[in-house]
Amino acid sequence: MDRFISPVLWQFLTKWMHASALFPPEASTISPYMDALYFFLLLMTIVGTSLVAILLFGFCIRYRREKSPVATQVEGSTLLEATWTIIPLAIFLLVFVWGALLYFRIYDPPTNAMNIYIVGKQWMWKAEHPGGQHEINALHVPTGRPVQLTMISQDVFHSFSIPDFRVKREVIPGRYSTVWFQATEPGTYHLFCTQYCGTLHSSMIGEVTVLSPDDYKKWLEESTSGMSLAQNGERLFASMGCNACHSGNAAARGPNLAGVFGSRLTLTDGSQRLVDDAYLRDAILNPSQHVTAGYAPIMPTYQGQISEDGLIDLVEYIKTLQTNYRIQQTQMTSASDQAAPTTPTEGITPGMVKP
Amino acid sequence: MSAPATHTILSLPDQSTAKMPKRHYLNNEDGLLSWLLTGDHKRIAILYLISITFFFFIGGAFAGLIRLELLTPQPDLVAADTYNKFFTMHGIIMIFLFLVPSVPATLGNFLIPIMLGAKDLAFPKINLLSWYLYLIGGTLTLAALVLGGVDTGWTFTTPLSTHYLNTHVLTAATAIFIAGFSSIFTGLNFIVTIHRMRCPGMTWFRMPLFVWSHYAASLLMVLGTPVLAIALVLVALERIAGIGVFDPAKGGDPLLFQHLFWFYSHPAVYIMILPGMGVISEVISTFSRKRVFGYSAVAFSSVAIALFGFFVWEHHMFIMGVSNYSALVFSLLTMLVAVPSAIKIFNWTFTLQKGSITFETPMLYAFGFMGLFTIGGLTGVFLGSLGMDIHLTETYFIVAHFHFVMVGGMLMAFLAGVHFWWPKMTGRMYPESLSKLAAVTTFIGFNLTFLPQFILGYLGMPRRYHAYPPEFQVLNVLSTAGATVLGVGYMLPLLYLGWSLKYGAIAGNNPWQATGLEWQIQSPPITANFIETPVMDHEAYDYEWLEKKTLNEVTTVG
Amino acid sequence: MDSAIATHPHTHETAVHADHEHASLPQHRHHFETEEQQREAGSFGMWLFLLTEIMFFGGMFFAYLLYRNWYYPAFAVASNQLSVPLGAANTAILITSGFCMAVGVWAAEVRRRKMLVLMLVLTTVFGIAFIGVKADEYHEKYEMHHIPGADFSVAQFVNPAAYGIKEEPLNPDMAQKTEIYFFLYFAMTGMHAVHMIIGIVLLFWLTHRAWRGDFSSGYVAPIENFGLYWHFVDIVWLFLFPLLYLINRHPLH
Repeated sequence: MDRFISPVLWQFLTKWMHASALFPPEASTISPYMDALYFFLLLMTIVGTSLVAILLFGFCIRYRREKSPVATQVEGSTLLEATWTIIPLAIFLLVFVWGALLYFRIYDPPTNAMNIYIVGKQWMWKAEHPGGQHEINALHVPTGRPVQLTMISQDVFHSFSIPDFRVKREVIPGRYSTVWFQATEPGTYHLFCTQYCGTLHSSMIGEVTVLSPDDYKKWLEESTSGMSLAQNGERLFASMGCNACHSGNAAARGPNLAGVFGSRLTLTDGSQRLVDDAYLRDAILNPSQHVTAGYAPIMPTYQGQISEDGLIDLVEYIKTLQTNYRIQQTQMTSASDQAAPTTPTEGITPGMVKP
Repeated sequence: MSAPATHTILSLPDQSTAKMPKRHYLNNEDGLLSWLLTGDHKRIAILYLISITFFFFIGGAFAGLIRLELLTPQPDLVAADTYNKFFTMHGIIMIFLFLVPSVPATLGNFLIPIMLGAKDLAFPKINLLSWYLYLIGGTLTLAALVLGGVDTGWTFTTPLSTHYLNTHVLTAATAIFIAGFSSIFTGLNFIVTIHRMRCPGMTWFRMPLFVWSHYAASLLMVLGTPVLAIALVLVALERIAGIGVFDPAKGGDPLLFQHLFWFYSHPAVYIMILPGMGVISEVISTFSRKRVFGYSAVAFSSVAIALFGFFVWEHHMFIMGVSNYSALVFSLLTMLVAVPSAIKIFNWTFTLQKGSITFETPMLYAFGFMGLFTIGGLTGVFLGSLGMDIHLTETYFIVAHFHFVMVGGMLMAFLAGVHFWWPKMTGRMYPESLSKLAAVTTFIGFNLTFLPQFILGYLGMPRRYHAYPPEFQVLNVLSTAGATVLGVGYMLPLLYLGWSLKYGAIAGNNPWQATGLEWQIQSPPITANFIETPVMDHEAYDYEWLEKKTLNEVTTVG
Repeated sequence: MDSAIATHPHTHETAVHADHEHASLPQHRHHFETEEQQREAGSFGMWLFLLTEIMFFGGMFFAYLLYRNWYYPAFAVASNQLSVPLGAANTAILITSGFCMAVGVWAAEVRRRKMLVLMLVLTTVFGIAFIGVKADEYHEKYEMHHIPGADFSVAQFVNPAAYGIKEEPLNPDMAQKTEIYFFLYFAMTGMHAVHMIIGIVLLFWLTHRAWRGDFSSGYVAPIENFGLYWHFVDIVWLFLFPLLYLINRHPLH
């Protein structure tokens, strides 16, 4: 930012105005970009309004009745019309391009971002770290790393907003939405729900705590509550019977899920889909629209049988699934009640190692 | 009075000899039924004026309660549900029962036939029906209020409004559905009148710009409001029968409601502002004694705003998970729709140049409009810019933005119009110094109320919040202080305008020496408006014609 | 006071006006300058109103297009549950009623009172017949638990063989989407039916006035304008029928 305006001015605008409680702190990598656009727009507004005000006052003084008893009828001026059409249009188009670039920057997460799940419900926020740490109305993140939030609502529209990071995204029932940020300053910052969601909308607030990487690691170790999301997911995978069809065998009724996350899948109707969080969640709830080519549409729907938290656990599990070894172990465990243990069947990659 | 041909000298006539006409539309017929069953567009306008004033003060009371609660960071004045009902009712009443009908149904109804040289609107009975539909909608809204209130927010967001609330959503939705038809019929009436009932010689480009603005607004009313109607019907069906159209568990999409709702509600804001812009054209022209600079540009930009206004609705949904590419398209279109408004502001400013300016109350309100609408409109550009919108949306920045354009813009224009045409409608003048005081008070109060909200918005304070972090308190207190001043500023006109009905100076035909057919007939007008059908043989805002005409008239007025 | 504004030159006009005075219809509204203006304004107003109706139905058509695109298999199977013969019969009935209405407008213009009344009655009869067929269809849907809401059942779509229906079974999650199809079916045809019922009520009133001779002496605007409305309702059905009934129909089975 100091390429375009002097560092002193920038300091004044951000730090000093913040000290007077007129401006939020800049606590993420995106904040300066947002603030730069804001200051430009403020400048545009001040210049525009001043221009109109000066013209207004100027004409009023110069042409008031006492000084100008006679009005001169003027039809118009095409030149002036063109001027005040083209110049505002040019400025607005500049603002459009700048804003669009910023929008894509905020809503396209970097590929190395760490993922945290957020579930919003009336009237609280649940944050679920992959390692199994759960937070209510709070979010701990480290500095220096991009963090992606994958969010969903259990009921109505909410909106997850961290003003000091300058990020906000609607949290919608029925599908995931994502936003990312990278925190720069350790400290605590406000977290608000900004979409009206009913009675306690104003109470759906929390605190984002930004820690240095070492402190964050310490916090992760202290707050782990047992199983990670993926481990929970593995439990669900077995208890809900997913392993029966998605066993990883060659003759299995369901496609192999190991390594499927991030791949490009061809469906029975010929279309190609990228397997991301949203796809996995949708496939569990609306399987008939997500049938992999070469398989029959026999998967039952789990709509109504599994909560958003459960879905997150399953999605996280499938994300981390590299081999089918543990699936088949689980199957063997349940099968062993009925029969003698058998040697692992074909379908397991030779030379594979226990995960 | 002798002057070079290209210039005009106009002095306000001596009003001391003005006399109230014996017969006019107000005393033409007596009795309650003659008012309740009238077909006279002027009487219907007065009926509307009374009704919307009533609803304005109710909506204003809710605003006062909201600001009172926000004096302190804690939720200590009322319960959370009650507060939610406050801002919902404030929004519903102010938008649907005040702003949408304000200028069109009062000033538009009164003036459009006269400005066109017609005896009445095309469909007087439908005009009356519009008023009754408005009353029914208003009564149902009050019923929802009295029965316990509604707390969906004026935006009825699903699935909150369909599955998660037990309040009187259906009553409120029905009320707005019915009020919507009032709006549709008014717009329909205006369009047919403007197309078919212009007097001989009144070509499109000789019409006052007030009429052009109403034409553009009527197009929006007629084409946009039915979509709101269907959106409300779907919400009602979802609540009653649980059909699943907006329910993700059944395959529905809550975002569909957003699209249908905003498809109307964005044009709605142009329905609200365009008639106000029409008023400003008339006022600025009159009080600088000049035709509006760039008449065609202003006329075309009104229609352009209406047209573009239909294609920007998704800018209310930029962070709601819409595709990034659709967001690009709508942001671009939003930038385009901002340009015609800028054109108008500059045209009005340059109307002042080389004019002969006086500073009566309507002119003061018009100046207020220009400054505040410029700020409000430019802050709209902030929000149309995708990246900026991410931080600012759903915060007090939005609240400040729309209050600047709606209150600082539209409401000021409404007051300008009421003061400007008060002499024509009632035959009386209002007290000038008191009205100037009210205008200045309103301006000061308004800025004090809403400028801090821009800052609050950037700081991150969300809208529709009952309680807030303590560091936001100072700005909130400033805002509430301003609201108090603003309230005083709005009470004053109620008092002195009412007073003027009995005690105000008699106005005469043309106290402002304005052009325009409405100023060439008596104040108040006779029921048929004109004794004989006029023939329009001069351009709009033709002050030279007016000078020639006054030269030939007797110098006493009345 | 108005003397300074130029007004209508009276000389020629008064003569014509005097003639007009004799021929002036009792329904001439005095805020209109001429009959012609009144008639044109009325017609224009009706066209504008129909435009608002297009926007009104448009919202539902948009929802239909969206969901049909997303859930095509469910929509196709659900659509097969509607009876094409009944729908086609209704289409024929409505087109016939439209034809009767058009003849009625002509009859009014050539001042044939009895013919006008007959046509209006026929239009009403066909309109009522349409509603009757619709009611029958709705009743059938009620019995098959296809009315969205608490009573809706997807059983027939998940296991059609058990109900003797010759369809491919749908997966339960896709079968659930048939509720959206039926909701749109009822909402769109229901809204259409409401408009038809309003039209039928108006027809009763118009028939009564036509019998009294109000429309056979030159004053045809209400008949013409109602004709516009009726034809519009007809056209909406002509869009609804293929969109709702004819998805995925094959010419030969």
